[in-house]
Amino acid sequence: MSEAGVIHDIGYQRYTGPRLGRGALLRALYVHGLRATFGFGRSAKSKIFPWGVAGIVLLVAVINAAVRSQTGTWLFDYYAFDDGMSWLVIFFVAIVAPELVSRDLRSGVLPLYFSRPLRAADYVIAKVAALVTAVWLLLGVPQFIMFLGGAFTTKTGMKGVWHEVGLLLPGWAYSVLWAFVFASISLLIASLTGKRAFAAGGIVAVFLMTAPVVGVLSVLPSETSRHLAGLASPMSLISGVEGWLRDRHDLGIDVGNFGVIYGIEAFCLITACLLLLLARYRKVASL
Amino acid sequence: MTIIATQALTKTYGGGVTALADLTVDVDAGVIGLVGANGAGKSTFIKIMLGLLAPSSGEVRVLGIDPVTETDKVRARVGYMPENDCLPPDVSASEFVTHVGRLSGLPKTAARERASESLRHVGLYEERYRQIGGYSTGMKQRVKLAQALVHDPDLLLLDEPTNGLDPAGRDAMLTLVHRIGNEFGISVVVCSHLLGEVERICDSLIAIEAGHLLRADRISSMTTASDVLAVEVSEGTDELAAALSALGFAVTPEGRLLLVPLESDSAYDKVLQAVAELDLPLHRLDQRRHRVAELFTTKETADV
Repeated sequence: MSEAGVIHDIGYQRYTGPRLGRGALLRALYVHGLRATFGFGRSAKSKIFPWGVAGIVLLVAVINAAVRSQTGTWLFDYYAFDDGMSWLVIFFVAIVAPELVSRDLRSGVLPLYFSRPLRAADYVIAKVAALVTAVWLLLGVPQFIMFLGGAFTTKTGMKGVWHEVGLLLPGWAYSVLWAFVFASISLLIASLTGKRAFAAGGIVAVFLMTAPVVGVLSVLPSETSRHLAGLASPMSLISGVEGWLRDRHDLGIDVGNFGVIYGIEAFCLITACLLLLLARYRKVASL
Repeated sequence: MTIIATQALTKTYGGGVTALADLTVDVDAGVIGLVGANGAGKSTFIKIMLGLLAPSSGEVRVLGIDPVTETDKVRARVGYMPENDCLPPDVSASEFVTHVGRLSGLPKTAARERASESLRHVGLYEERYRQIGGYSTGMKQRVKLAQALVHDPDLLLLDEPTNGLDPAGRDAMLTLVHRIGNEFGISVVVCSHLLGEVERICDSLIAIEAGHLLRADRISSMTTASDVLAVEVSEGTDELAAALSALGFAVTPEGRLLLVPLESDSAYDKVLQAVAELDLPLHRLDQRRHRVAELFTTKETADV
């Protein structure tokens, strides 16, 4: 007998539905973070930058694929694509990593998170996973476009496609390596401050300031210092790992016989950053 | 049903600072006031109940569960509203509460439904689609309460819920807390340093000072020192004091004020009448709220 348009207060209803475990919380936080990296669920302003970078990267890939289909030769391969785009990725993580973690520090929202069944480790895993996925998508999707360009213009039929897949997969793996290095370093820096501008500046500084060190070391007369110069900067470190794994000496960094050191340093760098990040949030989580 | 039980609970921080010492309480469901001055150990107690801090010694049970060993179980059933600002400015209240609801383990649709439910219960309707940055302090406090309520907890821990609110906002918040405790069937722990504020809405009270338990009891069984009326007249303060003493009031002068205990309902009228009969210019007449400090002093004198 209720009249139309009248909202009846039916009082407080207890919730009797399912309550999910920590795995679901982690997934919810991961999806939330991944959406935030590309500005979904945020204002239009926060979409400009990530999509701007994504647009440029995609454009480069499309041009590369087009050139190849016309002339049959690459402007650059899957690896060189990642190396070439590294500067853009630096700016991408410098904006997105603070968006993921500094924002939470600034607004003081963390006590609300950590008073729920969510641990410091879950938070760190979700945020790292979100940024790794975002960076990987940023590099992997253009690589896939390059692959499509190559696969559809191949002259050798199915064999050519499989050959192309064989090139794409290591390229994707290389992008994963890039993603981990960028994500772990930038999230660690961003987790130290609640001010987004400082965090962004710090991230750019760490990546850019180390590049000249590599330059100086590599012009020293010593052969060994030239081989080890790449260890000084995250970007040349990754190129070095590439040189080591592909056994190439004609790339930007000639690692000589020291390739394995590059591999060890890359592993240690990522692990150390993630452990420091975890330690940082253990401390934050106890409020 | 016992909601919170502690046994000789002690927390000593690294630097040798004792935040809680030998705290033993046993409180029933309902609205529970946790009062103490700043630094008395209220926040430490709340953090221990949430499993954010481990006690140095002693035992604690929240809803019958040990927060030290079964942290997740406790947290899933407890809602926490912190004292400080804790809301991101650039999302709407409805999005934010949905998000934290999911982090409490609610499935996606349930989180959305529960978010709008709890925002409605705290009194936010159309505003909930606006960005939190544009909210008033009172609205922000409501959002903070809603996010603690979103996963339908069995116990709410509210740390200074009336902080920064004007008198009207204060009353509205206290009424809301009272409703949650009585109509929603959710037990509430309200932290405050204003005893007068919590004693209006609480069923029981825990008073702590410097980490020690002063009192833990049901409000009704406490020898409630009744309210005090503060009277200020522009002149003739002494005459009035004499007149009121003659009427049988225990008058205590405090600066230019006279404090008169309100023992019965008619006391208020009698005081007014005394002022009128003496024909004095009445300046102020207000009902004083007890502060925790007063409870402490009366307790101490009672002990002596």
